[in-house]
Amino acid sequence: MSRTTRQIVFLVAAAGLGVLLVLAFRGLPGFGTTTHPYRDLAVAAALAHRAPNVISSVNFDQRAIDTLGEETILLGSVIGAAALLRPTREMRRASPPGGGHVLPATRLVGYFMLPLTLLVGTDVVVHGHLTPGGGFQGGVVLATGLHLQYVTADFEGLRRLRPLSWCEAAEASGATAFAAIGLAGIVVSGAFLANVVPLGHFGDLLSAGTVPLLNIAVGIEVACGVVVLLASYFRQALLLGPAETEKESSR
Amino acid sequence: MTGVLIVLALTLVGIGGTVVAFTFEPERQALTLSVFGLLLTVLFVVLQAPDVALSQLGIGSAVVPLMVMLALRKIRSGRS
Repeated sequence: MSRTTRQIVFLVAAAGLGVLLVLAFRGLPGFGTTTHPYRDLAVAAALAHRAPNVISSVNFDQRAIDTLGEETILLGSVIGAAALLRPTREMRRASPPGGGHVLPATRLVGYFMLPLTLLVGTDVVVHGHLTPGGGFQGGVVLATGLHLQYVTADFEGLRRLRPLSWCEAAEASGATAFAAIGLAGIVVSGAFLANVVPLGHFGDLLSAGTVPLLNIAVGIEVACGVVVLLASYFRQALLLGPAETEKESSR
Repeated sequence: MTGVLIVLALTLVGIGGTVVAFTFEPERQALTLSVFGLLLTVLFVVLQAPDVALSQLGIGSAVVPLMVMLALRKIRSGRS
């Protein structure tokens, strides 16, 4: 397709999309009004299950099956990326680069921030049903926090900090735990992912039934999933040299 | 007051997105993308969506730019 043809196709498609968007926006309720039918229902349902963070209640209780789907997508993406980035036989193994020059100030901040970030990440996961955050957000904080070790020390230090085989197993266990809690709902009350755990007192750490349990399962899965994902990138970028033979031969 | 903040944050997101789109070198784009992620985070906080803001901060400002940088490093080392 020539450049002009592509531009014409783009302009026609963009104009069509623009018209549809304008039509759709005109049907939306006004910005910043006080009528929110979904909010009224969701907040009432969240309070009935004693979850102060309504978002978490929607994600892990009212619409928990959506979250199961999302977590499975994440698991699948990590597996896909790891499979695509696996080392091929043609790639020669390069020695991991030693730590470059790290400014003492960077090192100091890193050593101070690493434990602090891990603590914040755990806090965000565990208090997901009480305060903003939850398994996904806390898991990402945990995973990125671990990589401060790479900035502060070097790749060898990062490898010692997160044994990869443990992370792979933990990622799968987190995903399994989510499904297992869902199946427990079927066994106890006949509905998948039903909130069957005692609800506790409003605002307590152990309250809102299955919400904190699912948050922890997701937290483990996301933290380990992101670690495994970044590890495949690190392995390709730092540990494996370019293929000695023609690149196409590995396809 | 909130209206002013929303307009300000939205404008910054618009400018940031344009800067990302007009950054042509991928290495620099990873950096501008990271800053754009921060601006989006601010917008989400202003719109009272702290949960989304936290996800955006972790994924948009840290994980994705890191993946881009690592991929670029791999591609560059393969060429030399």
